[in-house]
Amino acid sequence: METLIEGVQALGAEPGRIVMMLIGCILMYLGIKKEYEPTLLVPMGLGTILVNIPGSGVLSIDGAAGPFQVLFDAGIETELFPLLLFIGIGAMIDFGPLLANPFLLLFGAAAQFGIFFVIIVAALLGFHIADAASIGIIAAADGPTSIFVANSLGSKYMGAIMVAAYSYMALVPIIQPIAIKAVTTKKERQIRMTYRPGEVSKTAKILFPIIICVVAGLIAPVSLPLVGFLMFGNLLRECGVLDRLSVSAQNELVNLISILLGLCVSVKMVYTDFLQFDTLLVMGLGLLGFVMDSVGGVMFAKFLNLFRKEKINPMVGAAGISAFPMSSRVIQKMATEEDPGNFILMQAAGANVAGQIASVVAGGLVLGLLL
Amino acid sequence: MSIDMNALEKGIEILGLGWGGIFVVMIIIYLVSLGLCKLFPPRKDD
Repeated sequence: METLIEGVQALGAEPGRIVMMLIGCILMYLGIKKEYEPTLLVPMGLGTILVNIPGSGVLSIDGAAGPFQVLFDAGIETELFPLLLFIGIGAMIDFGPLLANPFLLLFGAAAQFGIFFVIIVAALLGFHIADAASIGIIAAADGPTSIFVANSLGSKYMGAIMVAAYSYMALVPIIQPIAIKAVTTKKERQIRMTYRPGEVSKTAKILFPIIICVVAGLIAPVSLPLVGFLMFGNLLRECGVLDRLSVSAQNELVNLISILLGLCVSVKMVYTDFLQFDTLLVMGLGLLGFVMDSVGGVMFAKFLNLFRKEKINPMVGAAGISAFPMSSRVIQKMATEEDPGNFILMQAAGANVAGQIASVVAGGLVLGLLL
Repeated sequence: MSIDMNALEKGIEILGLGWGGIFVVMIIIYLVSLGLCKLFPPRKDD
């Protein structure tokens, strides 16, 4: 009883804890009711409540690290969790359509513009360059890359970056249409594209992840943990003799890591770290990054259209972000709204897969430039 | 907060080298993809 009274008094003395608990409830609401990235937001939401209870044993017990802290140290500080997640993601990706239409790779590069735009804006706002880069990586639209880069650069905004990265990824269906409509005309959104399906051999699919590792390693060796784990997962999928491992990576591995990742990331959701004006800035900059990614992709497609006879629907450029397959679905939905007979899903999906490669390359290059 | 000119310069440098670097990597991957599809065309049993 005494402990209960002390706990209630501590909550009253530090209202920030109550605010964070409410934020935890909102995260769970978004995950459960709205189904926005529930695999991460639900554990993160409950974790936020747990770490903000006065004297919480999940953070420390009698001066020793508690279970959340142990998980954080083992999985995030060492960067193992995001990397292991990449094995599963790699196993889920079929690079076949991209290999058949490799031209779409360029949209993956163009739609990373938001990262660099935000780094500059954050630097202008006075953030240290390591924090500015970590905030910019939110615009990679790739949660594991955001965690990896923010942790490697020692950013103090890890909690806000995580919340922003995963929340905005879930909000892609809201953010992208607004951004795209702001920079395209109805006529441009109605452009039809001819899809030429090409067949890709098994050998090419097996060699692709191996060659990408070598290329990325030679250009930006720092990116190898990201690219290497992603491509290892893809090799499991494509090699044809490790189907059991591929299925495990896509399901059990991703599920287990998601549970642990969501819980232990909440270590950074303690009210003293999170409830700051900077957190709001980080969230705002993350949103700006997502918008500028879409704008960058669209503008690049428009630029290419200046030289092309066969025009590209500029919305395909916006699909070059890493949020797969959500972004390509959003683009197809928008195309159908403008012209019910317009089918650009395959091109958008190709650009979307390219965005997954480009986002890890972006993370690696930013680290290479700053470390 | 104040504007850190060094950080700003670094930000612009990252924009040039980083974004440009992604294009370089993606163009290389583009060429690799073309080469792979050319060297290893699909066979009947694929």
